[in-house]
Amino acid sequence: MSRERDYRRVMKVLGSREQFAQGDVACAYGAILGGCDFFAGYPITPATEVAEAMAALLPRLGGAVMQMEDEIASLSAVIGAAWAGSRAFTATSGPGFSLMQEGIGYACMTETPCVIVNVQRSGPSTGQPTEPAQGDMLQARWGTHGDHEIIALAPASVQECVDLTRLAFNLAEEYRNPVLVMTDGEVGHMREQIVLPAEDEIELVQRRPPTDEPGAFVPFRAVQGSVPEMATFGTGFHTYVTGLTHDERGLPATDDAEKHTKLVRRLVDKVRDDTERLTRVEVDKEEGAEVGIVSYGISARSAAGAVRIARAEGRKISHLRLISVFPFPERAVRDFANGLDRIVVPELNLGQICHVVKEALEGEAAVELVSRIGGEIIPPKEIVRALVEGGEKV
Amino acid sequence: MKKEIRICGFGGQGIILAGVVLGEAATRAGHRAVQTQSYGPESRGGAARAEVVISSEPIDYPRVSRPDVVVALSQAGYDRFGKDVADDGIVLVDEALVEAEGVTSVPFTTTAEEVGRKIVSNVVMVGYLGALIEVIPHDVLESTVLANIPAGTEDLNRKAVTAGRDLWLNRAGGNDVS
Amino acid sequence: MFNQAKKIRDKYIREEMWPSIFCTGCGIGNILNYTLRAIDSIGLDIDRTVFCSGIGCSSRLPGYIEADGLHTTHGRAIAFATGVKVYRPELSVIVFTGDGDMAGIGGNHFIHAARRNVDMTVICINNYTYGMTGGQVSPTTPAEDFSTTTPYGNLEEPFDLCRLAIGAGAPFVARWTMGFPYETIAAVESAIQTKGFGFVEILAPCPTGYGKANELRDAPANWEWYKKNTITRIDLARLSPDERAANRKIVIGTLWQEEKPEYVERWQRLVQRLQAEDEPATPS
Repeated sequence: MSRERDYRRVMKVLGSREQFAQGDVACAYGAILGGCDFFAGYPITPATEVAEAMAALLPRLGGAVMQMEDEIASLSAVIGAAWAGSRAFTATSGPGFSLMQEGIGYACMTETPCVIVNVQRSGPSTGQPTEPAQGDMLQARWGTHGDHEIIALAPASVQECVDLTRLAFNLAEEYRNPVLVMTDGEVGHMREQIVLPAEDEIELVQRRPPTDEPGAFVPFRAVQGSVPEMATFGTGFHTYVTGLTHDERGLPATDDAEKHTKLVRRLVDKVRDDTERLTRVEVDKEEGAEVGIVSYGISARSAAGAVRIARAEGRKISHLRLISVFPFPERAVRDFANGLDRIVVPELNLGQICHVVKEALEGEAAVELVSRIGGEIIPPKEIVRALVEGGEKV
Repeated sequence: MKKEIRICGFGGQGIILAGVVLGEAATRAGHRAVQTQSYGPESRGGAARAEVVISSEPIDYPRVSRPDVVVALSQAGYDRFGKDVADDGIVLVDEALVEAEGVTSVPFTTTAEEVGRKIVSNVVMVGYLGALIEVIPHDVLESTVLANIPAGTEDLNRKAVTAGRDLWLNRAGGNDVS
Repeated sequence: MFNQAKKIRDKYIREEMWPSIFCTGCGIGNILNYTLRAIDSIGLDIDRTVFCSGIGCSSRLPGYIEADGLHTTHGRAIAFATGVKVYRPELSVIVFTGDGDMAGIGGNHFIHAARRNVDMTVICINNYTYGMTGGQVSPTTPAEDFSTTTPYGNLEEPFDLCRLAIGAGAPFVARWTMGFPYETIAAVESAIQTKGFGFVEILAPCPTGYGKANELRDAPANWEWYKKNTITRIDLARLSPDERAANRKIVIGTLWQEEKPEYVERWQRLVQRLQAEDEPATPS
């Protein structure tokens, strides 16, 4: 079965390059333009539209879409397909994301490229299914057990749903790690004008195939950098993939502390050491500002509104928007905070990334939280008030 | 230019579709637009709200903060959102569904029935709003409506959006304040 | 027999992983043997075969085979296998799993894959226990039996895994004990050759876990138990209606076989149809 990579054919299925589209659907577009050819998912508000869009679009391009029996099966099928050679993803929300944590850890340990879209909704538990939130951010980083690294991106617009999902696939292939696209119910269901990329704007980064022959190839040894080449199943390499601690041959080595340390350090360092390279931020620094905002995702839209209002009132405000949230852009945030007395962090939770910011700043500036839960995104005036009067001390 | 529109009522009244059409039509007319919504998990009943921000500048905060127009299609919607409007803003209610003072009562549902079916009252409302805000040419609005309705209902919807526009254009010397 | 065993071992066993972890009297090694003979006999292309497993003693089998292996998370092997097969239909996918892994935590994935009828072979080694963790009660442990978590006897009824498979829609279902090597090999061959979800349940001893708690402390005791407590489908059919009604022995044999539409084939047909609709062969 040929899987369609021809841009003309893909665009014939996706429609016009300019569309007034919903965030969830935009994630599907981004995935397809990012080379996705396998999707497995399970219905969950507010992410169901991703699955519906994929179900309508991907089979026309020769890709497979499955509604699995639950979220665990969805991510499992994605990982299986990835080892069979697929660029695969799933999409879910909080309750499903919680179920997927074991699978995320498995993907980290086995260095399986895969993408997970989490359209965050109000929690905990069943919470407010139709209301947006940003309550899964620390779970994104630490939801699965054990030492691992995660790459997480935070779209703040429908356009970024396209662009960052597309990017997520390339990062997953490059780092052989799960990549999370952390949207939310607001961005996911909101509609804005998008422009899909032109053919010459698309570059697909692929996992590197083995340079050695079967027999000589060592599947979990990085010959170049810290990411090993990947042998697709069914090509004669007889790769054994396990979630157990393994040696470079992929064989279990559970009673060897040195081998475990070497492996897990490499898994962690391959992402952590590339933090600068993975950092994506948008900085709006104002000369003479003493207070700044560090924002991400939908709250960055509220923050941008607050900056506009505050500046109209004659105030000097700087603003940094995290586009990549993990690995946390520590350097960029510290550089941003240079010269600032206070940093305000708006989020749709009771304080998550604000703690990471505080830790990164090491007292360089005071960190304050503007928090809102319950579904309404933060009105800009609330952030302005915090800028002027002070927010919740972190 | 910035227009902020909020439409509220029950689930099932086509409120979100109305918001989508307005937003999409605005972009087809060359403006920037964001459409958002809020609703409960129920398919029918439950509160529903759609918001559209249309602007000539990039839109940061995507929700309505200073509504130019509030449309209430249910009493509960009016009670909750009917008072929050800009100084020079306008509050519209469906004459058949909401009792309120000092607002503009518009016969969206009645007009829809006259056009053919009650169910297109949201399209009548879209025609009315499009004319009211003045930034979307009617032909762009109409073609956007037609791109978003089920095949076979083009005639009905065309009539509905035009009737809505005409309601605005033919309003008795300005707002009809009951 | 011994020379054949050596030939199979040289051809298929991943030497670096040998010897295996299995206890004395364990039946899992036998099932590895039978499976390798089955794939050898039908000439399966080992380079186009993927073995999947979950967690447990049974799930250790892919590690011993010189082939692509996916040792996944507890209970989920069948879901991983679904992704492999659907994405690469030309690969043969064989799942090794156990009673706890498949019917406990994995129950949902088992019944759905059978329902979907995805083309794969699932070999479930049923030793009535969670052996790897020391012998806890499992969804197939007989009522009143003892285990480390049922020190006073099991209060629950067990699954009949084959009935479950048949009820869920599997087109090929067979059950044997590891005391029937040739029948088991034939059943595995049939399951692999079935276009759809082929299910083979094999009863095998766990003298260390289950056996110790239930007076079946060695291999011979377990084989005796199987002999006394199982009856082939053919033998069952030879009994009188009254005897059949009174039968309490476990029925072994090929228990279900039918032809029905397979999932991957249906998906491939859909894709062909959609692509033909999008790009008609004859220019308009």
